[in-house]
Parts: sequence; structure tokens; C-alpha cells
Amino acid sequence: MPESVLFWIMGPLAVVAAVGMLLVKKAVHSALLLAWVMVTLAFFYIAQGALFLGIVQVVVYTGAVMMLFLFILMLVGVDAADSLTETIRGLRPIAITAAIGFGGLMVSLISRATLGREPVGLDAANAAGNVQGLAQLLFSTYVWPFEVVSALLITAALGAMVLAHRQREVARPSQRDLSEQRFRSGSLATAAGLPGPGVFARHNAVDVPALLPDGSAAPASISETLRTRGDMIDSSEFQLDQVNTEVREEK
Amino acid sequence: MLVNNGLVYLIALPLFGAALLLLSGRRADRWGHLLATALSGMSFILGAVQFYQMLGRSPENRAVSQKLFSWISVGSFNIDAGLLVDQLSICFVLLITGVGTLIHIYSIAYMDHDKDRRRFFAYLNFFIAAMLLLVMGDSYLNLYVGWEGVGLASYLLIGFWNHKPAYATASKKAFIANRVGDMGLSFAIMIAFATMGTVSFSGVKEAAEGTSQGALTAIGIMLLLAATGKSAQFPLQAWLGDAMAGPTPVSALIHAATMVTAGVYLITRSNFIFDAAPTAQLLVVIVGAITLLFGAIIGTAKDDIKKALAASTMSQIGYMVLATGLGPVGYAFAIMHLLTHGFFKAGMFLGAGSVMHGTGDEVNMRKFGGIRHFMPITFATFGLGYLAILGVPPFAGFYSKDKIIETAFYAGGIKGILIGSVALFGAALTAFYMSRVMILTFAGTPRYDINHPPHESSFLMLLPMGILAIGSVASGFLLARGEALVHWLEPLFEAHEGHGKEILPPVVISLMALAVVIIGAAIAWFKYGRGTVADTAPTDVSIFTRIARRDLLQDDFNESVFMRPGQALTRLLVKTDDVVVDGTVRGVAAAALASGSSLRSTQTGFVRSYAALIVIGAVVLIAAIWAVTL
Amino acid sequence: MNPTNYLYISALLFTIGAIGVVVRRNAIVVFMCIELMLNAANLSFVTFARINGNLDGQVVAFFTMVVAACEVVVGLAIIVTIYRSRRSASVDDASLLKR
Repeated sequence: MPESVLFWIMGPLAVVAAVGMLLVKKAVHSALLLAWVMVTLAFFYIAQGALFLGIVQVVVYTGAVMMLFLFILMLVGVDAADSLTETIRGLRPIAITAAIGFGGLMVSLISRATLGREPVGLDAANAAGNVQGLAQLLFSTYVWPFEVVSALLITAALGAMVLAHRQREVARPSQRDLSEQRFRSGSLATAAGLPGPGVFARHNAVDVPALLPDGSAAPASISETLRTRGDMIDSSEFQLDQVNTEVREEK
Repeated sequence: MLVNNGLVYLIALPLFGAALLLLSGRRADRWGHLLATALSGMSFILGAVQFYQMLGRSPENRAVSQKLFSWISVGSFNIDAGLLVDQLSICFVLLITGVGTLIHIYSIAYMDHDKDRRRFFAYLNFFIAAMLLLVMGDSYLNLYVGWEGVGLASYLLIGFWNHKPAYATASKKAFIANRVGDMGLSFAIMIAFATMGTVSFSGVKEAAEGTSQGALTAIGIMLLLAATGKSAQFPLQAWLGDAMAGPTPVSALIHAATMVTAGVYLITRSNFIFDAAPTAQLLVVIVGAITLLFGAIIGTAKDDIKKALAASTMSQIGYMVLATGLGPVGYAFAIMHLLTHGFFKAGMFLGAGSVMHGTGDEVNMRKFGGIRHFMPITFATFGLGYLAILGVPPFAGFYSKDKIIETAFYAGGIKGILIGSVALFGAALTAFYMSRVMILTFAGTPRYDINHPPHESSFLMLLPMGILAIGSVASGFLLARGEALVHWLEPLFEAHEGHGKEILPPVVISLMALAVVIIGAAIAWFKYGRGTVADTAPTDVSIFTRIARRDLLQDDFNESVFMRPGQALTRLLVKTDDVVVDGTVRGVAAAALASGSSLRSTQTGFVRSYAALIVIGAVVLIAAIWAVTL
Repeated sequence: MNPTNYLYISALLFTIGAIGVVVRRNAIVVFMCIELMLNAANLSFVTFARINGNLDGQVVAFFTMVVAACEVVVGLAIIVTIYRSRRSASVDDASLLKR
């Protein structure tokens, strides 16, 4: 009974979260929704007598893998890929039709399948404890796949290192080189560095562009990532001349 | 067998000369011809030394050999590149280097105005080397190397003036006709190796005893094919006339005295095979008899002095081949005729060259006439050669040719009478056409441009002609005196039991031969010696004359039977290659290209569209499962 | 409660993941959708283990998790590498295979 309650609350929520994952625009929101789905699954595992897997699901997936996703999102940033408009003509209807057909057929198949007996349940298998039962299997029947998978893990780690490694072809520019480069190329206006955000504006948060002497906004003062993402606030409302700057006499 | 490590120098000297002259380019233009002549002469001296040493030994110990290197050593198949000089080889060595050196000397003057004289001498030296290898090789395979070498030299020298397309064609014709013969030689070697497991002369000789009649006959016929190719015998005779495109010294050396007699050498060398294969031997006789008449008939119709002499060469070699086909008794006479022929025919060719040289490269005898007044020495030397080839005693031809006719008559039975009569008739024809050459060229009234009378050639040209004329006079007597050559060659051949049945006494045969010669010469005199000769060939002649002028239709025959069907076959094969073979290859490529480009349109390069296809595939799969579990 | 319900939800999640792979263009989101599909499969395995009364299904799910972890590591490294050279995380931009 408690399991049914859990299922009928968490299950639809998980499905809604999964659908939302496809619909939200920002990848980071997708990641959070996915994390929710995974936590739900962890609950389901535990509810089905897979205590160890439930814990691992939380630790490995929601913890490590999702952190990795967020970390990469931070590295890669956001770009036009976040747009949800379809660029390949006809792909979306086809894909959705096919996938729904797939899902429908699966559901139909599952509903038609009969076991011919009652589900056994894991009470007997978990008699000595779920972790002990899994360990028994892993280190006897599945010891060879276990070892192979360990080799796969090491290989994957090495592969990721190799892929992410960048061979430096020229020496890392020193501060002196950067300084010279700044003065020798581009305009002298940027030689002293780009303007910081919020300058001459009354609001100096990072998403508020600095104001040029003529009162217009200076986009160069905003981080490129924020600019691309459109997280730039119109700073005109914070212009000094819009604000009453009259100094009042203290009475 | 005695070993003499100096034999190789006989070949190495002229070969070195050829390489040096060819490689050193124009630098050698000034001295190249002298070097080549000197090297050829040194080769002759070495040969003469060998001969002298040979004379000092007993007949069984005369052969000397030298192993050069181990050439092929595969399992039980071992061939050493080795040289062998025995009584037969030394005759050839002396003829090749002797006549060769004389012709080198002659060529110095004859080719004086040719800017490619150095190249000419390089080829001549190369020919000498190859020909020496041919006669000195101790196995059929070594002989084959020399055989191909002389073929190459002949090709290069016939086409020496290859800027004229007709000459280039002539050289190709000679080469191709020779290739047909060479196939015979290579087949003979292969059969010999397959059946006997050896290709050396001594090995084959030993093994011939225990070999089947069929194999020996096959080898013999293949060797005969080789001989017909190289020696311009029927049916591969067609190239010799065109080979006269080469410079005259080449005609004298290669296409009269030495290379074309290689076939006779081959058959004589293989005597142990032919003696054991009567069928092949009979074929040799038939080929010789046919060629003898064939050449003589062509000779009667030719107006080109060189071509007339070439036809004569063909005919005379026919005599030699005929003699070799008569078995042990004939070999020595074949070689004797070969040697005397080497002298008188080379002498006559050089005489013809001298005449051409004196008349501005004119070869048409109808444009000569009465040249003896201007070129007395040429006339004398040519005349001595003429008497020799006719077989007038005591000139060289008398001793050699009469012996062949005699042996032919003694071959026994109807065969003897038949081939004896052919040989006798050939002698009459020889007398006719040689007298015709003689009369048209040297006698009668002048038919050349009177403003440019012929002039006698220089001393360098006359000297070899003189020496060869002496040979024409004396060689027959020297070789036949006390049967010197017969005894000299005796150790090589199976002992022969004297002559066959003497159906007529030798004296009668000699008188008969002399009589037909006189008749032939007299007919020529009556036809050409009296009155004037038209300076263009008359056209209102009988069909036989016309056929003879067309070389007895040999070229027409070859063209219609071999060349045109061959061309048609080649065209068909080319077409097949284009359409079927290339068509298949191109078709496969085109099909791959077409299918690729049509399949390409399904490729968008977008990962997501591929993913969509995977989803569709999964739907199909699930639908299938759904359907079958329904 | 009938464990079959878990299978239904597993099928639904898998389908949603498949749609996401095809529809979304951001490589990272595509990747997350793949993770969703793997998780859906894992749920099925765990459910089957329960139905059959032995732990083999759970062991397989465990292996799937490990393989998924490897895949994430390598896949994300590839995304970073592509992003570094192309300045884009869109899967449509890496479409040079066509030419």
C-alpha cells in the first residue's frame, strides 16, 4: 500500500519532469529535471528491494554524473543550440510519431504479456541482505564481467584524459607578452583593459553594462557569455542623469 | 676435357668494344672504328692460337672448355655458363673472327661518310661477341643466349638506317621471322629438359640413347624450326631478301657468311639427335631441297644485286641444310660448304658493296653494265667468287658443292636420285643467275649515267675483298686435300660407314655438275650477254617471271595467311579487351558510382536524422514482435 | 502493487528519452536524454529482478550504471573537444560526414 502511494505520486511526477526536460530552453534546467527523474528512480529501486542500487543511483548518477554534466555545461556555456525551433524540416513530426508509436507498442506489449504466476519478490533473495546478495553474485558468477568493466573504467578515464588534453604548441604567453600584445594590436582604447560593468551606472551588477560618456551602454563591459545568453540589462534606467542628483541641503 | 680459362676473352674483347663504343658517345667517333677492328682482330688471333694448340693435340683431346660461372642452380636443374671449343666450334670461330675482321676493315672505308659509323662498329662488335657465344656455348641454353644476341644484332644492323621506314620495317620483319624460329629453339630446349633433365650438349648426347623416338623427333623438328628461322630456310625464308636493307658489310658478314649459317651449326651440333630421329632428318632434307630451289628461282628474277645475292645465299644454305640432313656423311660437307661459302659469298657481297660505293649507292643491275673497265679489281675478286660459287674446278665451290651433290645421290634409293637431281638442278640455276648477275653488272654496255662513271674503291675496301677472293680460290682445295676437314671433324660425329651405295662413279657426277653449270651459264649468256639489256625491267613477261619477281609470293602468302588473320585477331582481342574486360571493370565502377550517388542523397550528415532512423528501425522491430505475439 | 506498473513507466521514460535525442540540438541535452533512456532500461532490470525473485537483474543494472558512467566521461570529453575546435555544442554543426 505505501508503495502504491509512492508510485502514483512519484511516477507521474517523473514523467512530467522528463517531458519538461525536452521542453525547457536552458540546458541547466534540463539537467535539474533529469536529476529529479533520477532521484525518483532511486526511490523506485529502494522500493523494489534494490537498496544498494538505490544508493548507488543517488551517489553515482545524481551526484557524480549530473555534477559532471553541470560542470561541462559551465565550461561550454550556452549558445544557439538552446533554441527549440527545428532546423531539419520534417524531422520533428516523424521522430515524435515514431517514438510515440514505439512507446504505444511497448505499452501494448507489456500489457499483453502474462507471467503465468505471481511475481516472486525479493524477500528470499535478500534474506542475507541486499548488498551481501549482490556481492555474492558479483564475485562469483559475474566476476569476469566485473573485471572487464573495471578495465573499461580505467580505459574510459584514460580516454577522457587523452581527448581533453590539449597539446600546447607555443609557449604559454607570459604577462609581459600579453601586455605587449595588448598595446601593439587593437586600439589603444582597450589597452588598459576593458571597462568593468556598472561603471557610471547606479547599479554595478555584472549584467549591467558600463555607460560611455555620452550615456550609451558599452557592451564590451559585459562578459561574453552573458551577452550571448541575452542576460544584459538595459542600464539606461540607471543613468545618472535620469536620477535626481540634486544634493539636498541637510536641514 | 682440357680446361682453358682464356676462352672467355674471345667473347669478352668484342663485347667490351661494343659496350665502350656505345657508352662513350661522340667522344669515340674518331677512334671507335679502329678500336673495334683491333678488338675483332685480337679475337681472331686468340682463335688462331687456340686452333694452333688444338693441332698439336691428339684428335680425342682437342676440345677445350671453360666454366664461367654457375648460372642456374635450382634443385636438380643446374646450368653452368660454360664455353666449349671443339673441332666444330673452332671452324666457326675462325670464320667469324676472320671474315668479321676483314669486314671491319672494309667497313672503315665503306661507312666513312656515315655520321653513325661508331654505332655501326659497336653493333658489329656486339654481333661478333654474340656469334662467338653462339658457337662456343657448351649447352643449348648458352647457345640460346648467343642465338638471341645475333638476332638482336641483326635487327639493329638491318635497321641501321632506320630513318627510312622501309628499312625499319625490314628489320622488324627479320626480327619477327626470327622470333618464330626462336620459339622452336626454346621449345626444343624445354622438351630436352623435360625428357632428359639436361640441356648441355654432352648431357643431351649421352641421354639421347635412352630417350624415346617421339621426344627426339619433337626436339629435332623444333630445332629444325629454329634453324629455318635463323638460316632463312623454307618456310621462314621471307625475311632475308628484305634484310638487304642493312649496310652491305652487314649483308656480307651477318646475312651471308656467319649468322644465317647458325642453323647449319645448330643441326650439325645436334647431330646425335637427328641421327636418332629419322623423321626429323628427312624433314631437314626436304626443307633444304625446297629452299635450295626456292632461293635459286628467286635469284633468277631479281634485278637488285644485293637481293639476287641474298637469294643465292638462301639457296646455298639450302645446300648445307640438305647435306646435314643426309646424316653423318653429310655433316662435314655441310661445314665445308659453309666455310667456302663464307669466303666467296662474303667476297661477292663486298664486291657488290664496292660496286654500289662506286656508282652512288645504285643497286639495280639494269643500271650497271660494263663496270669491269672502271673497277678491275672489284671485277677480279667478284669473278673469282663467281667461279667459286659455280663450282668450277679448282675453285672452292667445286670441292664443297660437288661433294654435297655426290652425297645426295648416294643417299640411297629413289630418295637419293630425287634429292641428287634437285641439287643438280639447283647447280644449273645457280650458274644461270650468278652468270646473269655477272653479265648484267660487269659485262655489256654501260647503262649508268655516263657523266658520273663508276670509280674503283679505296685500298681498305679492296684489301678484304682480295683476301676473301684468295679464300674463294684456295679454301676448297685446302679443306678437301686428303679429306682434311672430314678427318678433323670426325671425332664429333658417329663413325659413318663410308659412302652409301655408289650408283654412279664420283667422276661422272662431277662431270654432270660441270655440264649443267656450263649449260646454265650459257643460257644466261645467250639471254643477257648478247645485245643490249633494257635498263628497266620488262613488264610483258610470263606469269612465272612475275611470280618469281614477287619472291614466289612468299610475302603474299605470309600476309594473307598469318598477317591479316593475325591483325584481325588482334583487333578482335583489343575490342574484347575494350568492351568485355574494360567494360566489366568500368561497369562495376560505374555501378558503384551510380549506387553511391543515389544512396548519397539519403545522407544528410545530421546525427539527429540518423537517430530518427534508428528510432524508426526500433519501431519496425517492436511492431514485428508485436505482430508475431498477437 | 503490481510491478508491471514500473515497466510502463520505464517504457514511457525510454520513449521520452528517444524523442529528446532526436529533437534537441544541444549535445549536452542529447546526452542527458541518452542517460534517461539508460535509466529507464535500468528500472526495467530492477523490476524484472523483483518479478523473478533473484538478483541477476540488479547486477546487470549495476553494470549498466558503470558502463553509463564510462560513456558519460568519454562522451563529455568528446563534446568538450568538439566545442573547443568548433565553438559550438550543437550536434547539427558537426555534420561534415556528408561531404
